[in-house]
Amino acid sequence: MEFKGKDIISIKDFSKEEINYILKFAEKMLPYAKGSKNKKVLDGSILSSLFFEPSTRTKLSFDSAMNRLGGRVIGFSDPSGTSQKKGESLADTIRMADSYSDAIVIRHPHEGAARLAAEFANAPVINAGDGAGRHPTQCLLDLFTIKTEKKKIKNNKIILLGDLKYGRTVHSLAYALSLYGADLTFVSPKSLKMPNEVTNECKELGADPKYTSNLEKAIKDADVLYVTRIQRERFPDAEEYNQVVGTYKINNSLLKNCKKNLIIMHPLPRVTEIHHEVDSTKHAVYFKQAFNGVPVRMALLSLVMGGKL
Amino acid sequence: MKELKIPLIKDGTVIDHIDSGNAVKVLHILRIPKNLSSTVSVAMNVNSKLGKKDIVKVENRELHPKEVNKIALIAPKSTINIIRNYEVAKKYKVKVPDEIVGIVTCSNPTCISNAREPVESKFKVISKDPPKIRCYYCEREPEDIADRII
Repeated sequence: MEFKGKDIISIKDFSKEEINYILKFAEKMLPYAKGSKNKKVLDGSILSSLFFEPSTRTKLSFDSAMNRLGGRVIGFSDPSGTSQKKGESLADTIRMADSYSDAIVIRHPHEGAARLAAEFANAPVINAGDGAGRHPTQCLLDLFTIKTEKKKIKNNKIILLGDLKYGRTVHSLAYALSLYGADLTFVSPKSLKMPNEVTNECKELGADPKYTSNLEKAIKDADVLYVTRIQRERFPDAEEYNQVVGTYKINNSLLKNCKKNLIIMHPLPRVTEIHHEVDSTKHAVYFKQAFNGVPVRMALLSLVMGGKL
Repeated sequence: MKELKIPLIKDGTVIDHIDSGNAVKVLHILRIPKNLSSTVSVAMNVNSKLGKKDIVKVENRELHPKEVNKIALIAPKSTINIIRNYEVAKKYKVKVPDEIVGIVTCSNPTCISNAREPVESKFKVISKDPPKIRCYYCEREPEDIADRII
């Protein structure tokens, strides 16, 4: 399967076979991501890391992945020091980064920014989140986490909880989980329901997502609980945010009635939606999930830049 | 002899079989009355074999392919008749293209195609009748296509 030079913009650009290939390659990367094995697969390669929006995990794990593979990273995590502040177009910034590096990772507040970047760059472009749009590498690491923790994705009862309207990770994830035949339940406040176009896509893939606002009932037979933060920055209206923040709280009392092997995931950062007492339970896999960003991004960087393990 | 509701034209374009009620949107696409240099006749809610329809006749003007694509988006069943010296010189059904470039703006205000970037808006057509389109950049599907035509 050939990935060299391929852009990673949306999970929908990939077939199930291609996703399986990436996940298998990420599994091979695990000892290298942990540092117990070492191979400079991308020695001499340069990655442009263009973060027009704040990020902790995505940026750090891309940096870590590139360094583990022996490559170097240039770029910025705050656009205030760049020519964008002077009014430069994204297209021009991309043309420049393209001439300085072998691959480009971009996070941008506008939906579709990574797709535009891919039009102007010869080097492969990896979307690290575009506004409320797509976040394919998060989706891949989420799939990787479910697959490694549950051994399979198909037929798992998976709850997507929280901000399903503005949360960018859940849209891609709902699509990908439908592709794998997972049993989906969407739990959210009424004003933050999954957009119809996402639900329709899930149905086109043969899934039959259920809707509820009752988490206590839904959690009883769930295998995976995927929690998202209600993000203040995505709300056009502060009043709307104040009405729904704090609707769902995951604590040990709620987990009394759940399956023993339920796993709880979260793309992080969390604020108040998962209580710290849950961290020490065997249900909590969100920090492992955050680590999984490294092997998955190592696999992607290596594949698009033609690195051989 | 059957009386014509609107007169024949010598040269120009007749847009026929417009879904009833959509003639005003077609006029908007053709920038009428802003772009008015010749006679325009409009018939609305006309009886036909296929039910009610609208007709627009524009004298001394042959449509640009981009205008035809726009009309296809709001009246996908319509036909275009090019009239030269009272004769139908060319007649064809509008066809919704597979891709719409530079004729509709994205409904998402934070789509990169609405920022000041050197690109035209681009949509993939996901359904031709009724027309449904998906933004190439942000993947949103605008519902109000007629209002978003540039």
